[in-house]
Amino acid sequence: MIDASLKQLSQALAARQISSVELSTLFLDRIERLNPTLNAFVTVDREKSLKMAAAADARIASGTAGPLTGIPVAQKDIFCAEGWRTTCGSKMLANFVSPYDATVIEKMHRDAGLVSLGKTNMDEFAMGSSNETSFFGPVRNPWDSERVPGGSSGGSAAAVAARLAPAATGTDTGGSIRQPAALCNLTGLKPTYGVVSRYGMIAFASSLDQGGPMAASAEDCALLLNTMVGFDTRDSTSLDRPVEDYARDLDKPLAGLRIGLPKEFFGEGCDAGVMAAVRAAIAEYEKLGATCVDVSLPNSHLSVPAYYVIAPAEASSNLSRFDGVRYGYRAADYANLDDMYMKTRAQGFGAEVKRRILIGTYVLSHGYYDAYYLQAQRIRRLIANDFVEAFKSCDVIMGPTSPSTAFKLGEKAADPVQMYLSDIYTIAVNLAGLPGMSVPCGFVGGLPVGLQLIGNYFAEGQLLNVAHRYQQATDWHTRRPAGLV
Amino acid sequence: MTQWEVVIGIETHAQLATATKIFSGASTAFGAAPNTQACAVDLALPGVLPVLNKRAVECAIRFGLAIGAEVAQKSVFARKNYFYPDLPKGYQISQMDLPVVVGGAITVQVGQGDKAYEKSVRLTRAHLEEDAGKSLHEDFHGKSGIDLNRAGTPLLEIVSEPDMRSSDEAVAYARALHALVRWIGICDGNMQEGSFRCDANVSVRPKGQAEFGTRREIKNLNSFRFLKEAIDYEVQWQINEIEEGWRIQQATVLFDPDSGETRMMRSKEDAHDYRYFPDPDLLPLVISGDWIARVQGELPELPGQKRQRFVSELGLSDYDATTLTANSEIAAFFESTVAIAGPALAKPCANWVMVDLAARLNKEGREIAESPVSAAQLAGLIQRIADNTISNNIAKKVFEALWNGEGATADEVIDRQGLKQITDSGAIEKLVDEVLAANAANVAEFKAGKEKAFNALVGQVMKAAKGKANPQQVNDLLKQKLAG
Repeated sequence: MIDASLKQLSQALAARQISSVELSTLFLDRIERLNPTLNAFVTVDREKSLKMAAAADARIASGTAGPLTGIPVAQKDIFCAEGWRTTCGSKMLANFVSPYDATVIEKMHRDAGLVSLGKTNMDEFAMGSSNETSFFGPVRNPWDSERVPGGSSGGSAAAVAARLAPAATGTDTGGSIRQPAALCNLTGLKPTYGVVSRYGMIAFASSLDQGGPMAASAEDCALLLNTMVGFDTRDSTSLDRPVEDYARDLDKPLAGLRIGLPKEFFGEGCDAGVMAAVRAAIAEYEKLGATCVDVSLPNSHLSVPAYYVIAPAEASSNLSRFDGVRYGYRAADYANLDDMYMKTRAQGFGAEVKRRILIGTYVLSHGYYDAYYLQAQRIRRLIANDFVEAFKSCDVIMGPTSPSTAFKLGEKAADPVQMYLSDIYTIAVNLAGLPGMSVPCGFVGGLPVGLQLIGNYFAEGQLLNVAHRYQQATDWHTRRPAGLV
Repeated sequence: MTQWEVVIGIETHAQLATATKIFSGASTAFGAAPNTQACAVDLALPGVLPVLNKRAVECAIRFGLAIGAEVAQKSVFARKNYFYPDLPKGYQISQMDLPVVVGGAITVQVGQGDKAYEKSVRLTRAHLEEDAGKSLHEDFHGKSGIDLNRAGTPLLEIVSEPDMRSSDEAVAYARALHALVRWIGICDGNMQEGSFRCDANVSVRPKGQAEFGTRREIKNLNSFRFLKEAIDYEVQWQINEIEEGWRIQQATVLFDPDSGETRMMRSKEDAHDYRYFPDPDLLPLVISGDWIARVQGELPELPGQKRQRFVSELGLSDYDATTLTANSEIAAFFESTVAIAGPALAKPCANWVMVDLAARLNKEGREIAESPVSAAQLAGLIQRIADNTISNNIAKKVFEALWNGEGATADEVIDRQGLKQITDSGAIEKLVDEVLAANAANVAEFKAGKEKAFNALVGQVMKAAKGKANPQQVNDLLKQKLAG
């Protein structure tokens, strides 16, 4: 059961081979046993989870269950969930219990009947690529406990990779679903901006943030995504589109698929082993009937600098609400209002968050706004146009998800720029608002490698199909880390 | 000595009359217990997002159409970033580079009577934004309370050009704007509750100088009287400073109504860098031509249009027409009166509403909407003057009786109190004969050429008639008899 796919779990629940309470208990026990070493979860509430499981069992018994009712999942601690502590990986919210549900949580709990096993660790306010910025300590990569799981959705990635949960939610602002998926041998999808509601998802960079599924396979991602999407009147950037079943086209043959290979993704700066695995995956696709075309994303070298203007700018403003006035952390001693603000924010935020608030405040300041913020917005448009051009000659773009496999804890922590460069292939996708995936495609020195798939706007179904066919032909995604019993 | 010219521009915050807040579904009703009308969005809980209230946008469109401005096809909400305990998000959602309303003008009537003149004040822009909450410093010893009921209340910030040249012009503009936002139903105009508040940018310059002087901004003036007093004080203060050899420093000041003085709140050096940038949580506001047309169709007749119609259709003077369109209540009262009395009596209707009724209301400090004399009653009274049933003098008595509720209609009062004018020439002749017989001395004086003696005789006849005799008939008969 621990290794079962969502479809298998769904069938087992429907056939009453196992109840949701039993299944949830299985995973809760596993979390209890393994989480102390992995640190993937920051909050587990057995009683709450089992209550949801019992309600799911009742739905199954009454015949009102959906396809995923009763299946336990892990929730990234960026999603507000009523009655659950919701920390966003920060001391600032270490004691914040949300009085309301994020739209995604509401859909998963109320509509789909999924059971939440707990809230997963993450980089503080989703700012990081290694999970080392979390107030609750780093997450260990199940493939090598001396290495990072990636970030910011590192807790979700480690939880699913170690089978502490069958699947999990993540969020992706610059690669925070895809990069940890790559580093932990998972399949992860960042949907088109606007497909998954951001209401109740604690904002890092509003114009880039997007929630999505992290799971063992494309099929699992498709099923989980089905429960997460939908127009939301509470999110003005949510897109009003017809509902689709992302699992519908999974088996479509790939004959005639045109794969775009941007030369910028196959140049220097990428680990040779990673590159070899990615090229082998592309060769596999050719066997499946796809053809490759060369494309170019000439402005992609500007994506990291543009991102590190836009994302901190939005973050500096989004994080202003954490002021110690209404909820969350407040410094114990202060002389006056300004002192309260300063001490609260100095003590409540970690170093990386403060660095980004400073960068963001700087680039929005009078006299710098045009040179940084506006310039970055112009670059953002150029980057989006590059993709529009590229998609004229191909259906899906492929390349590495991350330039390296999982690095060691502490290896890049002292050098923010090195850390930022680990998202060099994923960031442009967020700037353009496109859907992107990471799919397991091999190992280097025992560490997983991710293949990135980038689709055109609203091509989630196609990406999942492209990933699924590959997973039918390969077994990389079925490999599990050893030694976690 | 230098002649100084005053330059004033006004920024007004008009609270829009929507049932719910501009970015959340919480109620905007005034006076609820603290923090009972603040939802998750207003509290800026982690993860919440703003959703624009369509009604607030419609208010902005109405306003733009009413002042002949351009309603922007695309406008953008921006974040104004600063920390304050009653600003839950740490930023205010407002509009900066692309406001929803651009340009336009308001024609105002300055002064009264012969000295009255008209002036057109141009508007720079009007934009939508949210209000902050309220900090309560009084009730909590050593601490401040925060009430977020007001947080997120929709505001239209209306910015004028620096077109006003006196505090009178500033007040006339503020009054006209106040009347207009109420007229088109976008703001209740309640100044005590803060629904309509003005900031005045004031500077002075030597007459004839082209460049503006350095301005100081007087914040949060919530009555027309304070607006005038604050500007007058500030102008004198600035002139004194300059004449004593100081330079005016750009600053924000507060007006203290108790002392009647303005005092500095912060200098330009202390001004925040608000780090405006487009709010990524909200899409650009796109207003279609269809939407504008629909709102246009729902607009009432505007003061300017009504004013022109009063002149062209009812033959009123410009001054009368302007006065009667000063606000929607006066206009409505006047129109109801004319509707009953008939358009031929528009001029006396105008006089009664503007002069007699206005004076009586003013004496009791009442608004026209609370007038004890209804439009129908006034119209009935004016008709009885026109058909000679009563004289103007008697009419004032009847009006007073109606005001005091001594009858349901003018006719009833006239009837009950026997105020009907005596027009029977036989009866008047009898009175005239009696007066002439009893006042031989006056008759002799008149015949000796003293015109004044005639007036005394008229007075005697009216007195004998208890004021009810038709004055024209009395005059004619007296002249006839004295000539005979």
